[in-house]
Amino acid sequence: MAMREPTIFECGAPQRGASDQWPTPAPDAMADIPPRLRRERRPRLPEASELDVVRHFTRLSQRNFCIDTHFYPLGSCTMKYNPKACNQYAMLPEFLGRHPLAPVASSQGMLRCLHELQEILKSVTGMSAVSLVPMAGAQGEFAGVSMIRAYHRARGDLGRDEIVVPEAAHGTNPATATMCGYRVREIPVNADGDVDLAALRAAVGPRTAGIMLTNPSTLGVFERHIVEIEQIVHGAGGLLYYDGANLNAILGRVRPGDMGFDVIHMNLHKTFSTPHGGGGPGAGAVGVSNRLAPFLPIPIVGEDDGRYRWLDEHDLPQTIGRLSTFMGNVGVLLRAYIYVRMLGRDGMRAVADHATLNANYLCARLAALGFDPAYPSRRASHEFLITLKRQARLYEITAMDVAKRLLDLGFHAPTTYFPLIVPECLLIEPTETESKATLDAFVDAMARILAEMQSDRERLKSAPHTMPVRRLDDVRAAKQLDLTWPGAPAAAESAGA
Amino acid sequence: MSNVPAELEYTEAHEWIRRLPDGTAEVGITDHAQHALGDIVYVELPEVGRAVNAGEACAVVESVKSASDVYSPVSGEVIARNGALETTPEAINQDPYGAGWMMRVRLAPGGGEPKTLSAAAYTELLSRESD
Repeated sequence: MAMREPTIFECGAPQRGASDQWPTPAPDAMADIPPRLRRERRPRLPEASELDVVRHFTRLSQRNFCIDTHFYPLGSCTMKYNPKACNQYAMLPEFLGRHPLAPVASSQGMLRCLHELQEILKSVTGMSAVSLVPMAGAQGEFAGVSMIRAYHRARGDLGRDEIVVPEAAHGTNPATATMCGYRVREIPVNADGDVDLAALRAAVGPRTAGIMLTNPSTLGVFERHIVEIEQIVHGAGGLLYYDGANLNAILGRVRPGDMGFDVIHMNLHKTFSTPHGGGGPGAGAVGVSNRLAPFLPIPIVGEDDGRYRWLDEHDLPQTIGRLSTFMGNVGVLLRAYIYVRMLGRDGMRAVADHATLNANYLCARLAALGFDPAYPSRRASHEFLITLKRQARLYEITAMDVAKRLLDLGFHAPTTYFPLIVPECLLIEPTETESKATLDAFVDAMARILAEMQSDRERLKSAPHTMPVRRLDDVRAAKQLDLTWPGAPAAAESAGA
Repeated sequence: MSNVPAELEYTEAHEWIRRLPDGTAEVGITDHAQHALGDIVYVELPEVGRAVNAGEACAVVESVKSASDVYSPVSGEVIARNGALETTPEAINQDPYGAGWMMRVRLAPGGGEPKTLSAAAYTELLSRESD
């Protein structure tokens, strides 16, 4: 039913625009640019009036299917709700107006916020020291594994060239290990979702630099053998890396430091609720145990008698170095700081409690409807997996059909086909901020879809029906990456190229 | 039910091996694997001349659902790769045991022969997995 929104090129007309609002170029602005570097033709840009542009982008924004408009069961894995107060206070002019090279003496307030954030994250994770500089989860992982490498090298222990990764790991873990020059040794998990300890024992040895583990894992269950895993890996001389992607489930309840982990990265833009739409910016702070503290990426904030300053390579001569200009994404870090200060210790625990309660409630209700949890014997963490393998065989439907039909019924689709080891899977993470009424409405939608598998299969297979676009051709989208508006090349040709 | 040709050997990771009279072997992924992956949009193959070890990742298959490693079922040297898959990766979906072959390997002398499955044993594995 929705109407096609024209492209911005189609919204205007030649010579239309708001040119009175442009700055007038200086008459000699082009003088020092050599002719061979100048354009021969004007670029083909849209020509639209201010009102055309405002209406176009407002209409597009109204089509956003997002956490501010709909239940969004991708959860903290993608984006939790971002409380507006975090944004409001991080946007105070005193923060926004500060130059990154401003002297330390006039930056004490901001430095204090960052120092307190470091301390709070240390306390929440049970680690000895924290650096806030990594600018995304991937950079946090890179920093973490680089510190593991620096640690072994500093000890002259040069034969360790393997990182162990369970098959239920995030795809980024083997990628990070490879990026840092390690060989990846994958080990299986058993039918209940725990790491296969026999396979772990067989995999570790003098070549083991460490293990990368997500706990709770991507299977949505807490690793019950974490104590044995810690003993096996440390016993072999390796270190333990904690992927903080699922920290939301354990905030204020269990600490990776107490489980024996040596390094953790935290996705502040996920668990600590900072916005990162459109791919960034993020913040992948790292926390470490005592033995890795000398290698932290710089700068970190130090405190001496109530005065705050940057600690750099003079204070940490063994640091793995700088990961970015200046000190990470301070705007994001401030939002995380405000979030944790608003929550406090009790609020932090309540986040984990409600996140896991909501996931387990939803899992139990969907199971009662006739959906199959992938790990029925396990209690869910903050997320859970439904496998549609049985329905796929009975009704010839797929997880993607269900995901698309949910859009029609007013719900963002959950993650589909991840993790890979569970066939036809939906990974559902409601997070702590959803009410029971919202969860119940989602269950009603899933009940309706289950009924349609038998009564109205065609409607399900051809969903979505009410979105601005119908089912997209995802094969073509992956293979044909040219997204140029078809009008553009033709126009260039007619200009007499 | 998946197509499992009787004359081939298989692995638990869903690769197939076709032993040729000249002592080389052709390798690809099974009908079951292509079906589970869905529409394949990109394939990364090993370079000719590369040494591959049984059980180690040697290629990547990317579908609309996921990117997955392909594990070499044999040890030896890659002597040919199916370059046509660069432009027509869908051949793996359409003809996994024919036009969808991935690489040909000159087997390492003597050693490195992993445990492979017969067609009957692989069919049994699939029926166990579908329970």
